[in-house]
Amino acid sequence: MRGPMSDLPLSLVDVTILAGEVAILNEVSVTFTGGAPTVLIGPNGAGKTTLLRAAMGLVPATRGRIAWGGRDDAPPDKRAIMFQRPVMLRRSVADNILYALRAANAPGETLQDRTQDLLTLVGLQHLARRPARRLSGGEQQRLALARALARAPTVLFLDEPTASLDPYATKTIEDLVRAIAKLGVKVVMSTHDLGQARRIGGDIVLMHRGRVVEHTPGAQFFDEPRTQEARKFMAGELLV
Amino acid sequence: MPAATSALHLVLTGDPALYTIVRLSLLVSLSAVLLAAGIGVPLGALLALTRFRGRTGAIVLLNALMGLPPVVVGLVVFMFLSRSGPLGSWGLLFTPPAMVIAQTILVTPIIAALSRQTIEDLWVEYRDELTAMSIGPVRRVTTLIWDARISLLTALLAGFGRAAAEVGAIMIVGGNIEGFTRTMTTAIALETSKGDLPLAIGLGVVLMIIVLLINALAWGARRAGERIAG
Repeated sequence: MRGPMSDLPLSLVDVTILAGEVAILNEVSVTFTGGAPTVLIGPNGAGKTTLLRAAMGLVPATRGRIAWGGRDDAPPDKRAIMFQRPVMLRRSVADNILYALRAANAPGETLQDRTQDLLTLVGLQHLARRPARRLSGGEQQRLALARALARAPTVLFLDEPTASLDPYATKTIEDLVRAIAKLGVKVVMSTHDLGQARRIGGDIVLMHRGRVVEHTPGAQFFDEPRTQEARKFMAGELLV
Repeated sequence: MPAATSALHLVLTGDPALYTIVRLSLLVSLSAVLLAAGIGVPLGALLALTRFRGRTGAIVLLNALMGLPPVVVGLVVFMFLSRSGPLGSWGLLFTPPAMVIAQTILVTPIIAALSRQTIEDLWVEYRDELTAMSIGPVRRVTTLIWDARISLLTALLAGFGRAAAEVGAIMIVGGNIEGFTRTMTTAIALETSKGDLPLAIGLGVVLMIIVLLINALAWGARRAGERIAG
């Protein structure tokens, strides 16, 4: 799935994002490189969603620098995001994917085949003609994932992709995330679910109050957390 | 109820005078709605998706224009199209095109204001997704208009209702000339004042049937659209 240009490494250097007087991100420095998925964890309001949006290029940094593949003006052609509550366009499942493919300037002769491939990848081929808004929550998440993949991204941001899904739908999404990562796409996702972070995360970024508190490989994070906040978070204590 | 019986007879026997009036009425009102849609929907989209100084004032003005008095519109169009007016050389006064112009002016603010609201609401919902997909401004507008098409149909219906029911503007600029610019509403007003109730009632019945039919069609289209697009 990698294109000729990659957005990796993706670096945020001393990035601060203000909403009025409040710092949503506060001097955040973090770098995402290729490989296994990176999982952002942290309590509500920690800044996970804002970090994902900033890394996607949807929110400008008030201060600091964001660089994709070494360039801070890289066009967003090779990155995609799936929002926590993805909006289904008012058209069929297949037409939602077709729309995303056309938006990504996919060649016309490949549109039908790629639509079918993506539908098959996310297991929605039998629902191709159904209105997207009539899908269940889990199916909508899978369609949103297919739509994001239509951009053939090198980096895919997932904002709590399994929030409010049942365990079966959650497992389906997790399997898809692993499959996508195996295709060479860098996945950066946020979650509240420590179990999910352990199952999926190659490296873990713990955020708290707009700052990156810890960024370590998954095994190290869960076995030997470096910070007090990480130990408290894993112990189920409230980070306030 | 001899008047009602005579009216029913006129409707059911296809009275030529009555149906000439009905045909012209439909032609004028539908033409006005189509023209108003061509102006009002893009104007509504522009107001919904752009930010500029005075935008709030423009929206307030547009909403206020939904209540334009038809006789005032008729008067203004009359002044423009009258022989001594700036467009007098066009020779449009007391012709169906003059009536279409007047009704277009009446209907455009309704369609534009309702389109603005509909498209802005959908934009709030779609903004993140379309931005993340790097959708450009033109495609953004066409996407929003297409996806809001079912709601926009309601705006067009509201416009048609306004056009089909108004009498003041087309009376002034059309002149209510028999066989040429006489429409259902102007004929009903005239025939009632003359005491010819059968024709007035007959036209009233046809007008109601048309309005009901168009609303039923729109409702059907809305249901079909929801079934297909969700």
